[in-house]
Parts: sequence; structure tokens; C-alpha cells
Amino acid sequence: MADETTTTTGPAATTEGGSSAPRAEGERGQRGPRPGGRSGSGGAGGREGGRKFFRRKKVCKFCVEKIDSVNYKDVRLLGQFVAESGKIVPRRLTGVCTPHQRRLADAIKQARNIALLPFASR
Amino acid sequence: MQRIYELMFIVRPDMTEEDQDKLIANLEGQVGTAGGTVKSVERMGKRRLAYLVRKFQDGIYVLMTLEGDGTMVKEVERRLRVTEPVIKFITVRVDEEQKRGAKIKAIRDTKVRGKGTRAQEAAAAEAAAPAAAAEPAESAAATA
Repeated sequence: MADETTTTTGPAATTEGGSSAPRAEGERGQRGPRPGGRSGSGGAGGREGGRKFFRRKKVCKFCVEKIDSVNYKDVRLLGQFVAESGKIVPRRLTGVCTPHQRRLADAIKQARNIALLPFASR
Repeated sequence: MQRIYELMFIVRPDMTEEDQDKLIANLEGQVGTAGGTVKSVERMGKRRLAYLVRKFQDGIYVLMTLEGDGTMVKEVERRLRVTEPVIKFITVRVDEEQKRGAKIKAIRDTKVRGKGTRAQEAAAAEAAAPAAAAEPAESAAATA
């Protein structure tokens, strides 16, 4: 670098070199954080189990299978949306759409009242 | 305005068949006097309850479909509360739900029928098109 500055083409070279160097760094710098950010967010989503970002588009079971009415009588169907403790599973975990989740919750509460499902177990 | 209700109640497990029949016949009579009709009675048999009800772990489930108005339901429920063998009951109104289900089915049927007719038309058009294409090709070959 010191030898190049003595010649006339030196300063040009240095300026070119100088300008190209920061340009390369700038590009690298721009490229660096962005993929890092993307992988970071993807990694965080995968590690946290889809709490910040939804990992895959869950489909509503009722919309797909076109189950018309959610009845309090079919305990097997309702039991899929009830946790071990007897609590109603939130919709973000099961992927049920809002109107169906509301009807499902009503049906579960009716089933609990007629002792088909427990209020709380264990 | 006749509404359709579903009445499900639980009878104590230590009840004989004839006692159950007597109870159900009694209820049907009361429904009649209250101004309603019984559409169907279904005995779901003995089931294990999800929790203790009046110190019973099992119960005999009975499902009745009634048709009537609100006052009839009130009367029937009052009687059920007093009846000793019945330990739990729930009344659910189902006519709105049935109407909604029928509406959805009707929409679905028209959609399927519409698709079916369109498919038939497309098949007919395809059958006609190759024939039409074949004819000019043949004529062209004949002329050539």
C-alpha cells in the first residue's frame, strides 16, 4: 500500500481499492445481518414451538371434514379438543376457526353439565 | 310456534326396566298435557358418569326429542326436578341448529349439482369438438 502511493496510479489505485473495500464491506455488512436475522427468527420460532411465529398453517378440522353440527352428545369428537386436565384447548393450538371454536366450547360446556365430560380431572 | 327441543336426563342406575318405562310414560303424558308432542325416545343405556352425581358413579341416559313451546319445557323441567330417580337433565333447543344444517346442505347440493351439469356440458362440448375437428380434417385431406 505504501509503495503504491508513491506512483501516480497509486492514489487512483488506493482510492479504487479504498472505495472498493468499503463497498465490499458494506455489501457484506448488508448481507450479513439480513440472513442472520431471518435464520434467527426461524430458529426462534422452531425452538419456542411456534409461539412467536406460526410454524405451519393449521387447518380447522371442522371446515375440512365439513362436520355440520357440533353436538354435545358425540363425546369422542369433543374429547379431542379437551386436555388431560379437562380444560378446553385454546384455538391457537388446535387450529380450529373462530365460529367452530365457539360452538365447540358451547358443546363441551353442555356435555360437562350432563356429566359426559368432566369439569376437572386429576 | 313449535320449537324442537332435546331433553337428555340421567336416571339412577339402580332402576328396573319397568320403572324406567313407567317414568318415561309418565313424562310423555305430562308433555301431552303441557301442550307438546314427543317425537322420539332413545335409551342410551348405562354409562359411567364423568363425576359423582348424588353419590352415583353410573347412570342410565335417556334422550327425548320434544316439540312444543317454552312453557311446555318449563313445566316438564319442573316435574323432572321433583322426580326422585332423575338425577340430572339438560334441555337444548335444536330447531335453529337443524334449520342451519338444512340450509348448508341445500347450498352444498346446489353447488354439486351445478358442478355436475357444468361437467356434463363440458363433456358434451368435448365430444362435439373432436367430431367437428375430425370432419374438416377429413374434408381437407379429401380435397388435398
